[in-house]
Amino acid sequence: MDLSYGPHYEAFREEVRSFLARHGKDAPRGEGLRSEKVLAWQRLLIEHGYAARTIPKAYGGFGAAPDILESRIIAEEFAAARVSPGLGGQGISMLVPTLLEVGTEAQKTTFIPPTIRGEMLWCQGYSEPGAGSDLAALRTSAVVDGDDFVVNGQKIWTSTAHLADWIFCLVRTEPEAPKHQGISFLLFPMSTLGIEVRPLVDMTGVANFNEVFFTDVHVPRGQIVGQRGEGWKVANTILGHERGSLGDPNATMARFNALLELMRRETVDGQRLIDNPLFRDRLAALQSRVLAMRLHDMRLLSNKVNDARAPLANLITKLQGTELRHELEGFAIDVLGELGLAYGDNPDKQDGGSWQTSYMYFLGLIIGGGTSQIQKNIISERGLGMPREPKLAK
Amino acid sequence: MRFGLSEDQTLLDATVRRLLADQAPLDAVRAYADGSDDHALWATLCELGLGGLLVPEDAGGLGLGVLDAAVIAEALGYHVTPAPFLGTAVLFPRALAAAGLSEDPTWQARLGAVLDGGLRVGVAFPQAGGQRSRDSVTASGESVSGTVTLALDDAANAYLVASGDGALWWVEASASGCAREAFETVDRSRRCCRLTLTDCSATLLSRDLGVLAELRAVAWVILAADSLGAGRAMLDKAVAYAGEREQFNRPIATFQAVKHMCAEMAAELEPCTALVWYAAHCQDHIRDEALTTAGHAKALLGDVGQFVAKTATEVHGGMGFTDLVGLHYWFKRIGFNRQAFGNPQRIRAELADLQGW
Repeated sequence: MDLSYGPHYEAFREEVRSFLARHGKDAPRGEGLRSEKVLAWQRLLIEHGYAARTIPKAYGGFGAAPDILESRIIAEEFAAARVSPGLGGQGISMLVPTLLEVGTEAQKTTFIPPTIRGEMLWCQGYSEPGAGSDLAALRTSAVVDGDDFVVNGQKIWTSTAHLADWIFCLVRTEPEAPKHQGISFLLFPMSTLGIEVRPLVDMTGVANFNEVFFTDVHVPRGQIVGQRGEGWKVANTILGHERGSLGDPNATMARFNALLELMRRETVDGQRLIDNPLFRDRLAALQSRVLAMRLHDMRLLSNKVNDARAPLANLITKLQGTELRHELEGFAIDVLGELGLAYGDNPDKQDGGSWQTSYMYFLGLIIGGGTSQIQKNIISERGLGMPREPKLAK
Repeated sequence: MRFGLSEDQTLLDATVRRLLADQAPLDAVRAYADGSDDHALWATLCELGLGGLLVPEDAGGLGLGVLDAAVIAEALGYHVTPAPFLGTAVLFPRALAAAGLSEDPTWQARLGAVLDGGLRVGVAFPQAGGQRSRDSVTASGESVSGTVTLALDDAANAYLVASGDGALWWVEASASGCAREAFETVDRSRRCCRLTLTDCSATLLSRDLGVLAELRAVAWVILAADSLGAGRAMLDKAVAYAGEREQFNRPIATFQAVKHMCAEMAAELEPCTALVWYAAHCQDHIRDEALTTAGHAKALLGDVGQFVAKTATEVHGGMGFTDLVGLHYWFKRIGFNRQAFGNPQRIRAELADLQGW
């Protein structure tokens, strides 16, 4: 057990801190994605290596060698200073790493620089009404017509489709092939003729998701990533990127602390909520699990740094992280009693109404990105070596 | 940076597990449960250095720490091994170190006697799980009197005894006024006893309340690690059984209901590994967090252990309920670890107080 990052990294941490002290005041705070403030901040972060850190210089990045601890320190310090760590989103977090691995040189030079600068926003066209957990059953078709693919079909759960400039999209190009081998990965502008975006309001009242309809959408044949029929493989490089990022244990720890504060502040029958022995016990039980998940995350970080393998340990984080967070948010509503119902513009809502919103939002995350049940299939099959369910005879 | 075990710890773990698989199979546990003793097995484990794991090097031991002990405890739990590990190999040397007696020649000689298994030290902390009316030990001068309902190790040569005022005493089992009788528990991989002390001569180790608190925290970590190991074993057995057992013309491991039970056990156990390691590490290196992390480890493993014990048994169906398969040894060991030295609810109440909630 050696919990120190070592002198090199502590010096690096000091650099990050002094950058934040110098420039933190210029960071955007709630401005829109297209605002000059956001774009200027992103450019400054890239210039100093705090965004697009490991993206090669040739593609507009900072060009540092990948270093897990440096990335972690940047994330920790920006979070501690409550300063925007720059842009995320599916273009930066999912498409860029994919293009770096399997894109052509032309695709890399065309798409990566404007994407990491925040000038080109992306959405992800994967899920369909009939293809959720069974994503490979997707039916949106792309048929060759001269120099183009012609795309027809429908996507759903498309976050930020109403804002995006481009979409990376899974389509079926080989209808006769087995389902995993008939898919291709296309890139095209959302302004292309034949695309309709309809907002999908979720249970929190926000329309972050959309339905996207394609009617005879023409996409030049060169705008494919990988070969025809390789789309499933291409997409899976990025699904791996997504799965690890849900249910951040440090964010959960911060929420736990807010919950503790809430329970010391609010009183019922003249007694602080935290003095109720049942609540107190449940709060301490939650604390055990929050602590365990944070330490688990350190273990995973250490495994990456030291190249140690613990496949089972990696597979459980999405399931446990999202379920724990949902439970924590729900417990806050419980302890508030009737006050926990306050919502919307109600001035009596606590902590900005975040308990109800997050309680529902994390239910969304339990379902999205591979449901908890799909996670359990993955844990049992890849982590414990249990067999797949036999296919039903047709 | 390395959050995890060192190469030495990994090697020690593998060595101990090999030996346990080889020399302490379930049949040996059954024999112990039926009344035979564990002296020969403990002597063999001592040959690997387990007796002197925490004994300082100048007293002939390995001079290792609580994390090393937790690694061993996990292995012992995995194999439901009967062994006087907690009292003899962990709490005794820790007690002397905490009381500042490790350098004292008399105590050094006793530490030396632990190395080959010749000296076994039991634990009699009546208030470890809360003060009960039937348990009370009072001290007067150099003697102690009272009852300890549950003391660890019915074959110990001496006991660490906590009196009601929080002082820690050394009581020889052979001293006049020290009577012990069996205290049968559900867990037959360990034997406990009721100690009745009547003006029994005792040697004071420490009056510092912090010493007893520290020993309790270390015991929490060791019991948590033991449950982690036992839980892992139950999960492994459930996965193996589900792969073999066929119903409806297919292995039950292909049914999602069964797979999800196994996935849930794994998902609950995995984060416990990091928590147990960290809590163990804190006992020697991060004193500020030693008590709270130990409490969290003990409380969480109490709950996760209970969940795994039930779920793994269910995966085995009717066979899980039989003595033939013997899964109940793990079930009961986990049950013991949950209750001993404070149940989860009691520990959580302490954690809340400790943090000034």
